[in-house]
Amino acid sequence: MSKKLKAVIIGPGNIGTDLLMKMMRSEWIEPVWMVGIDPESEGLKRAKEMGMKVSITGVDGMLEHVVEDDIRVAFDATSAYVHADNSRKLNELGVIMIDLTPAAIGPFCVPPVNLQDHAKNLEMNVNMVTCGGQATIPMVAAVSRVQPVEYGEIVATVSSRSVGPGTRQNIDEFTRTTSGAVEKVGGAKKGKAIIVINPAEPPLLMRDTVHCLTETEPEQDAITESVHAMVKEVQKYVPGYRLVNGPVFDGRKVTVFMEVEGLGDFLPKYAGNLDIMTAAALRTAEMFAEEAANDTITLPART
Amino acid sequence: MNLKGQKVTLHDMSLRDGMHAKQHQISLEQMIAVATGLDDAGMPLIEVTHGDGLGGASLNYGFPAHADEEYLNAVVPKMKNAKISALLLPGIGTLDHLKMAKDCGVTTIRVATHCTEADVSEQHIGMAAKMGMDTVGFLMMAHMVSAEKVLEQAKLMQSYGANCIYCTDSAGYMLPDEVTEKLGLLRAELNPNVELGFHGHHNLAMGIANSLAAIEAGASRIDGSVAGLGAGAGNTPLEVLVAVLDRMDAVSGVDLYKIMDVAEDLIVPLMDSPIRLDRDALTLGYAGVYSSFLLFAKRAEAKYGISARDILVELGRRGTVGGQEDMIEDLALTMAKAKGIL
Repeated sequence: MSKKLKAVIIGPGNIGTDLLMKMMRSEWIEPVWMVGIDPESEGLKRAKEMGMKVSITGVDGMLEHVVEDDIRVAFDATSAYVHADNSRKLNELGVIMIDLTPAAIGPFCVPPVNLQDHAKNLEMNVNMVTCGGQATIPMVAAVSRVQPVEYGEIVATVSSRSVGPGTRQNIDEFTRTTSGAVEKVGGAKKGKAIIVINPAEPPLLMRDTVHCLTETEPEQDAITESVHAMVKEVQKYVPGYRLVNGPVFDGRKVTVFMEVEGLGDFLPKYAGNLDIMTAAALRTAEMFAEEAANDTITLPART
Repeated sequence: MNLKGQKVTLHDMSLRDGMHAKQHQISLEQMIAVATGLDDAGMPLIEVTHGDGLGGASLNYGFPAHADEEYLNAVVPKMKNAKISALLLPGIGTLDHLKMAKDCGVTTIRVATHCTEADVSEQHIGMAAKMGMDTVGFLMMAHMVSAEKVLEQAKLMQSYGANCIYCTDSAGYMLPDEVTEKLGLLRAELNPNVELGFHGHHNLAMGIANSLAAIEAGASRIDGSVAGLGAGAGNTPLEVLVAVLDRMDAVSGVDLYKIMDVAEDLIVPLMDSPIRLDRDALTLGYAGVYSSFLLFAKRAEAKYGISARDILVELGRRGTVGGQEDMIEDLALTMAKAKGIL
């Protein structure tokens, strides 16, 4: 019997397609279904050509196949508005939901920081925060695991081409969700998030600056070591995650300057912000699969 | 140029853009003194917030001496005639900040985006308009794109509910002909009941000339700053503009001697260093770089031994936009490493 968990991707847009391409290479996750609502969608056509089963009537069009196809993981790359429904329907059938929308019904998941806990607890819905969150929260956590962080602030600069209409219409959601996760997952007592959109051509790589104010004088050597170790952890699933400069110490302020280059699967390489979301989501599902294969968790029973 | 009888609403920036020059450290007493002086001089609109707008308080842009709410609560009740405005950059400030400003008595909200990214302002402009505020769409770094692109973005802001659109020369790069072209196209194509505004920086000493060009092309609101207190080489110096408008028989409603006194007696003494067109401020205008980068580049020069001018030119070459202050130290570190200094 294959150790791979079978998966459905909801939303055949850029994110869903990139996710599919990454999943094709996975040793732990096997993509089976691609779900959309527009029969003319390029993404659905592409998925079909890649051998996927497709639904053109949303999640409802594949629910009756969940058990017979042994679907265990779902990735929702649609919108916050429909996510709750998608999640409820699939959770009822014992499918673990990885939420790439800003809905954030379940706990935030930033793989190198708290994925192991979520997998061990068999959380049935985990949320992937935001692109800026995935890129920066590991760095906040790298500082806060050394000593208490009074305040964590992240600045994500992304290319204009990589910011879709959903984010643009509700940019507050980015700042709110990300700052919340800087606190809850990053471990900062107070968090703040800023996003800057840059239209330069050729598009710039995603850049992230992370500032932390430590409660006491920063332990420079320990923080530097922790930051470098955390960069390596993220590089396991996002090879183009790089520390450009820092950590720089200025009083109690600790600053790191990051750059994120994507793999260029379906999304262009400059869109490291989107790549880190799909890579983190896949990494999350893989961890559940690994834990299930090791029998440290038991997936919901099916007859 | 004939501006005779032309009505112009002046909008003071010294307590917002001036916060950049003061590293956001203006005291409540200073804010109140300047604002009441301006009110008494007949200044109709005064902007009060962190330099980077509502919610700008941050390690990245600088923590202010006081929160926006404290400044607004201190200044608004003291105004006899002047109205108080607040700036908001989506991505930094949020709807929560907007509602707070409204509750503090702010009447004019200015939602600012980079000149190509107007569609991030929909929720903020929409909310401000819905709350019945004087709602301004503020297109920054407008020198970076064509007049047609500015118009396209202005139309988006108009469609979200803005009743006034600004063409903003954040880098102080524009020359009068460009101002004429951009404002002229906006005036010709936007709804006639949508007001136009111009916000200049004095980095090529074009603040006054550009403001006049803007008025001639149809702008009715002009930003400036008493004694020029603002980012870079400062904003259009308002006491000078008032004098020029007087000479041209245009109508600003601001008392020249009173605003001269505010400039000389209140603003100049609180400057950390004279606001002047030094070589770094000139570089901003020449290379088309966001004016508030100035002091960050100067600090990076002091810390890493890389000339502020070289840093600013490289930032211009890379097409950086407002808000990317974090790039400055990052770039200085990279340049210092390349030079073998670090």
